[in-house]
Amino acid sequence: MAISRTTENVISADTVKTGNRLAFWNFFVAFAAFALALPMGAYQVLERSGFFPAIDNAAVYYASTSSHGVLMAYVLSTFFIMGFGYHTAIHSLKMKLWSPKFAWTGFGIATFGVLLAAVPLLTGHASVLYTFYPPEMAHATFYIGATLLVVGSWFWAADMIIQMMLWRRQNPGKPVPVIMFGTVMNALLWLWTSAWVASEVVFQLIPAALGFNDTLDPGLSRTLFSGTLHAIVYFWLFPAYLVMYSILPKEAGGKLFSDEMARVAFVMLFIFSVPIGFHHLYMDPMQADGWKLLHMFGTFLVAAPTLLTGFTVIASMEIAGRLRGGKGLFGWIKALDCKNPVVLAGCLSLLMLTVGGWGGVINASYALDSLIHNTQWIPGHFHLIYGGTTVIMYFAAAYWLWPKITGRHLISLKFARVQLWTWFIGMWVTTMPWHYLGLIGQPRRVDTLNAYQQAPAELLAAWDIPMIIMDVGALVLLFSGLLFVYILVRSSMAGRVAEEAEREVEYAEAIHEPFHVPNVLNSMAFWNWAMFFYLIASYGYPVLQFFFIGTPESILWGE
Amino acid sequence: MSIHIDPLEKRWIGVIAGILIFTWAIIVYYAAADNVRPPSNVEVIDSSKLHLASGVGGGEFMEKNLGVKEDAQGNVTVTMVAARYGFYPLHIQVPFNKPVKFRIASFDVLHGMLVPFSNMNVMVVPGYISEITTTFTRLGKSPLICHEYCGQGHAYMYGMIDVVPEDKFKPKTGVK
Repeated sequence: MAISRTTENVISADTVKTGNRLAFWNFFVAFAAFALALPMGAYQVLERSGFFPAIDNAAVYYASTSSHGVLMAYVLSTFFIMGFGYHTAIHSLKMKLWSPKFAWTGFGIATFGVLLAAVPLLTGHASVLYTFYPPEMAHATFYIGATLLVVGSWFWAADMIIQMMLWRRQNPGKPVPVIMFGTVMNALLWLWTSAWVASEVVFQLIPAALGFNDTLDPGLSRTLFSGTLHAIVYFWLFPAYLVMYSILPKEAGGKLFSDEMARVAFVMLFIFSVPIGFHHLYMDPMQADGWKLLHMFGTFLVAAPTLLTGFTVIASMEIAGRLRGGKGLFGWIKALDCKNPVVLAGCLSLLMLTVGGWGGVINASYALDSLIHNTQWIPGHFHLIYGGTTVIMYFAAAYWLWPKITGRHLISLKFARVQLWTWFIGMWVTTMPWHYLGLIGQPRRVDTLNAYQQAPAELLAAWDIPMIIMDVGALVLLFSGLLFVYILVRSSMAGRVAEEAEREVEYAEAIHEPFHVPNVLNSMAFWNWAMFFYLIASYGYPVLQFFFIGTPESILWGE
Repeated sequence: MSIHIDPLEKRWIGVIAGILIFTWAIIVYYAAADNVRPPSNVEVIDSSKLHLASGVGGGEFMEKNLGVKEDAQGNVTVTMVAARYGFYPLHIQVPFNKPVKFRIASFDVLHGMLVPFSNMNVMVVPGYISEITTTFTRLGKSPLICHEYCGQGHAYMYGMIDVVPEDKFKPKTGVK
């Protein structure tokens, strides 16, 4: 140890405090958005099922769906990632932020953007869903607010990159701590991928919403949006993986199986995830067959870092299980400390990832996608992967961090376990019927199914039982989500005060401490160039074609 | 400088490569052998002039040309307009177990088309013609559902497709 850590920096109390505040306020916005969006989700499930005619209302439903999507997918995720990233930068690099003011500016811009977008969303003036869907137009403040959220997050991404560069200058030749390397890869991922939606919004939607343009090309909009809307999922998932790599093994009482393979998985996630959104366009008319086939190959590649992650994380858990006395092929699983929320959430998350990931293989499958494209299968898939796999790790990270950043312990670990289990169960009970409903032809994004009265009775009858089950699942999720918020709020007020030592932040060590790693696994330039060329090769023509195929542009429509 | 990879993990990397190659091979095989591929014809049209004979792609989607046609060789083509909140024509009849080519254009915003228990699934994007050829292998009526959010009345946007035995099939144009 002594050889590798010659300059064991100690972080000043001030720096720790800055990190705690940044983490706390980012988490505050993230979880406030979650608390607001959660009942909307439950409402949508109940409304849609049609069993409660009193709550049927198309306008409220679509305003709710748009708000739920924006709050859960953009606000919860982005602010969680920012808070977690600042905390990680300070504690893994053991250095102060180069400019806390810069960090707070980004936070301020992003928060202002959220508030600005919330007004049209909640008042039904932006019911265009979180995927925007031009030529339907929302109020301009929605697009401007969303843009500011993204711009604010770019401050964070710049911060992560700057911190890593400063650290490398102070520690030449040394490997950047693996959790920070992953965080920076995620920041790069976000910069590359958010540029796509930013160009859609800045060049197409805002000018149209403000009345400067009367027409736009929705084919171009959809293609640009696809450049963001899948890689963004990996932006959300990345910190969940970081918790599994760097926090879970420590909490489980073991070690990280392989530091180097973790880095390999991170760079693969970065490179492979950005172009794959093209598979969202499989059923679209404005992209050619050959490009769709090429992108099918690229889309499947992103399974590789996930399968590597599964291996490394499960191997790390096995080490912990065996250190705790587990014997035999599966005995180590029983020996795991599933009373620890991080360990429990990790196990539950991996189970959801396994099933959700295989579901994703169908979506990525070029032609097989026609079975399930835009059916209820799709929300089933992404709720299981994002709402389940990813968000359960956000919960776990919050439970782990709360005593460290607020100075107060959780009021009850048992409550935390109940919360994680109910989230897990609720997610299955909700999303399995959705997968099934999609397979038997129920479309997504409809506020009522009572409309299809001329459809054969047996088709409609087959939808009933899954919809009863999904209603139960939604209520379980509502309970679980509210319990999560309750635990955090109560703990901040009435939790037992944590000792200084209990607020120490320690990350998992690797079995083989990496004294040196190859430069490509410790730096960014090579991967940025790789991304640049990969994007030109994969998206160059599909985007450029819109400038010469001569599409007559579409006029704009209100919601 | 090389990195340390556990022997077991090396084998796992082999398994990952195997999974990828296997899935790619299946997809490429069916695309090549059975023509199982997504609808993709990059063909533009002026969505605001569907009703006119002039303009980019004009004429094909005029009212009198909509509906189900069968040419001398027996090829069946369905020409449809998707618009808030319906398909035109709303009810169509197609032959069982025979390839049917759909050509669909949007008059306004994004739409989609889905027939449960079939391969009929396509996006309809204004400015573009969606073409998809599929074979219906279930007899009887099915809803033909708009599966892309197109406005507050989206859930009410659906038509009906009636799959009948080939000898009972009668092509019919017009939207009535």
